[in-house]
Amino acid sequence: MDIHLSNASLHWQHHCVFSQLNLTLPGGQWTSILGQSGVGKSSLIQLLCGIADEADVQGEIACSDGKPLTGRVAWMAQDDLLLPWLSVLDNVLLGTRLTQQRRPKPEQIERARYLLSQVGLSERAKVLPAQLSGGQRQRVALARTLFQDCPLVCMDEPFSALDAINRLRLQDLAASLLHDRTVLMITHDPLEALRLSDQILVLGGSPAKLSSPITPPGLAPRQVSDSEVLRLQGELLEMLAGEAS
Amino acid sequence: MMRLLRPLIIALGLTLLWQSIVWITGAPKFILPGPVQVFSTLFEQAPLLAKHGAVTLAEILLGLVFGVMLGLISALSLATWGPLRRWLMPVLVISQAIPVFALAPVLMLWLGYGMASKIAMATLIIYFPVTAACFDGLRQTPTGYLKLARTLGASKRAQLLQIRLPAALPAFASGLRVAASVAPIGAVVGEWVGSSTGLGYLMLNANARMQVDLMFAALLVLALIAVTLYFLIDFLARRLMPWQADSLNKANTSIAGH
Repeated sequence: MDIHLSNASLHWQHHCVFSQLNLTLPGGQWTSILGQSGVGKSSLIQLLCGIADEADVQGEIACSDGKPLTGRVAWMAQDDLLLPWLSVLDNVLLGTRLTQQRRPKPEQIERARYLLSQVGLSERAKVLPAQLSGGQRQRVALARTLFQDCPLVCMDEPFSALDAINRLRLQDLAASLLHDRTVLMITHDPLEALRLSDQILVLGGSPAKLSSPITPPGLAPRQVSDSEVLRLQGELLEMLAGEAS
Repeated sequence: MMRLLRPLIIALGLTLLWQSIVWITGAPKFILPGPVQVFSTLFEQAPLLAKHGAVTLAEILLGLVFGVMLGLISALSLATWGPLRRWLMPVLVISQAIPVFALAPVLMLWLGYGMASKIAMATLIIYFPVTAACFDGLRQTPTGYLKLARTLGASKRAQLLQIRLPAALPAFASGLRVAASVAPIGAVVGEWVGSSTGLGYLMLNANARMQVDLMFAALLVLALIAVTLYFLIDFLARRLMPWQADSLNKANTSIAGH
């Protein structure tokens, strides 16, 4: 399912951050938007998720299957947003706890346990999030996002709070688990975008515009030492630095 | 071991301080009786103190129950219903300008000299701190939690019961701690204004008869009740909210590495 966002605009304190922005997310592909802070990346993603409260952001969203997008987007933020009073397993099951009256069904619990094993945390299903490290917590958040099983997964700088090694590990994990899903990821790390995405767009300028898509060759997750990845990283960094000056 | 010894050492230290003040100032025993005398009165008059103490304890506990229930209900209604919040919140704040103590004679007039007026007094004194703490807790839910709940399709009701309420529990616990420490004040002030039982009555009565040692013994019983209540609530709060990490005792919490 393709998703089209058209005529998106964002105003912040009577100042136009972007307007007439068009974005297409091809079905089954991973799209990344790169940009500096303050170009409205987060507002854009929250618009798609239907949770943009603070910002004056508008746009028309159309799905290629003709149905509305509402309720069909999973959101993963920079902050893991694990509820501290629920166990790891219950955090993965949060969607069922919030929407159904009865306790989670056995098959739902089994699926949550399977996803926890996929992110390598099956041993820690019963503990509270406070007992996990930052990387482990973000893996639980990934399992929770996967549990939702939505047609579109929106990730807002999902790995930016992690150290370099954990970030690479989680990128590999996300690439394998979100394979064939429609993903929109927002990041300020060109390497992250290049390792994971099928297409990369740069959001920049004032008012901000989207660049033409950059499509890194090969399959995700790409190696950090891949010469093409390194070359494109250099290009993207120069482009972003040019924005900043 | 130290955890058990520490309260004993503190109690012993305070008793010593008390005794040394008696020695240094040479205060007569009808002004400041020494600890030995007060403790012996405590044992001699144990049945009398227990009788009056039970009345005061009942007033405090019932006041706590009513005050906390009313406070919780108010906070929940304020948090969920916008118009109520806009109209009632200013009224609540203005109502705090009236000192609760000044209401004691009025309550006595309306509810009589029995326990009811004291319970009302304790309830009133607890009501505002509990309401304010719970309301603050309910409205300060991290917005990220609520946004996540919305992307997960949670109804307003589910957001309140499963996100806002649990997230407000730590604030509720601090409201409860404050309530536990002010409830005895409400009950005793109520007894001072007019009653025929309770520790407050006993203290006034003992004072009038120059039985200062009995007065101090009653004071000790009251302090014991207040401290026990506080620690009981503190203990329960810690047990019910294991996720509330105590940043002052970080060394005790286990944090798994990698």
